[in-house]
Order: sequence, then structure tokens, then C-alpha cells
Amino acid sequence: MLRIDAALRDEMVSHARADHPDEACGLVAGVDGRPTRVIQMTNIARSPTFYEMDPKEQLLAFREMDDRDEELVAIYHSHTATEAFPSRTDIAIAGYPEAHYVLLSTREPEVEEIRSFRIVDGVVTEEPIEVG
Amino acid sequence: MAVQVRIPTILRKHTDGEKQVDGSGATLADLLTDLDGRHPGLRSGLVTDEGELHRFVNVYVNDEDVRFLGAIATPLTDGDVVTILPAVAGG
Repeated sequence: MLRIDAALRDEMVSHARADHPDEACGLVAGVDGRPTRVIQMTNIARSPTFYEMDPKEQLLAFREMDDRDEELVAIYHSHTATEAFPSRTDIAIAGYPEAHYVLLSTREPEVEEIRSFRIVDGVVTEEPIEVG
Repeated sequence: MAVQVRIPTILRKHTDGEKQVDGSGATLADLLTDLDGRHPGLRSGLVTDEGELHRFVNVYVNDEDVRFLGAIATPLTDGDVVTILPAVAGG
């Protein structure tokens, strides 16, 4: 289960909406598994169907988490025309078995779609999101 | 030539859970070959059959992305810090 404050969830949703029609991506840092902040990242692919975090930004974000005694809690990105479920590409590239993978969809302007998964060794397991 | 290497979680199964290991080599390619001797399987998680770095692996030498240095042929010197991070990417 991913437990997260409404403010952090809303920040991910806003980021996804702001970057639509391109995919948005970011990290959620936390302490003891509890999310404490959202780190919005640059999608260098700038694409409606693909995302790749800027590698330099990624290194700096991981370094900063280390320096602040935080851990990587979640990785989020948006789908702009399909459901909030990991694509085959997402599964093939997933390299962080320790993280929650949060998927958002911006296909419907008025409908909020946000789901959380684990992706370990190519196996996707959905988990509930508890807000609060 | 001693180099510190920071290992991401997904590859720590090859390093007995160690976050950081030491290695040596005149280039990144040499370093990965050296590490594979003590940490079997580590190299194949990073390098293709053609001997290039996998597309979705980020390797940094002293915080510089090796894509902008010499890729797998990037030269190393004593005291360098090599950081390996799986790219965060998808569709």
C-alpha cells in the first residue's frame, strides 16, 4: 500500500495536467517509507508516449535525497491517452524494485486517474493508495 | 588504480548487498570487467553483448554522465567515483 498526503498526491496530479499532452515524470522522496515531498523532473523525451528523466537531474535528486537522509519512495509518470497502468515499455525498463510506481492518466480532463504498483522482475502488482 | 563504485539496489544482489564497492581499471570497460571477477553478474546487468552500455543505464564518473565523456571507453583515474543508476524511463 502507498500512503500519501493529499497535498503530495495533488502535486503529482497538477504536474501531470501541466505537462499534458506530454508525459510528466517525477520522484517522491520520503522517510521510513512515508512520502515527504514530490520532486518534479524534466522529461527529456518531451513526448506524449515516452518519458525519460534527465539523467543529470536524476543524479542530483538522488544525491539530495541521500544528503537529507531521505529515500526514494515512489516514481511517478503520466500516460496521456491510455489508462494509468504500466505499459510494456514501463515494465521492461523498470529498474527500482524498492519503489512504488505511481501511474497517472490525463486522458480525461475532468477525471482523476492515479494508481500505484510494484514492478519487480517484470511482474506488476497493483496496491491501494491511501490518502491521508 | 582504485575507483569507488556506487551500486543501485537492483544490482546489489551481485554485491552481497553492498552499496559501494571498490574496483580498478584504466577505463570504465576495464573497471566493469574487474568488478565482474568479484561480483559475477554485475557486468551483464550493465553491458550489452556488443560491449556497449545498456541504453537505460546511467553511469556517471564524478557526476558527469559518461554519454558525454567516452561512454564505456571513458578513462578513469585513481580516486574517481563511479555512480550507476538505472534510467527512469518508460512509455
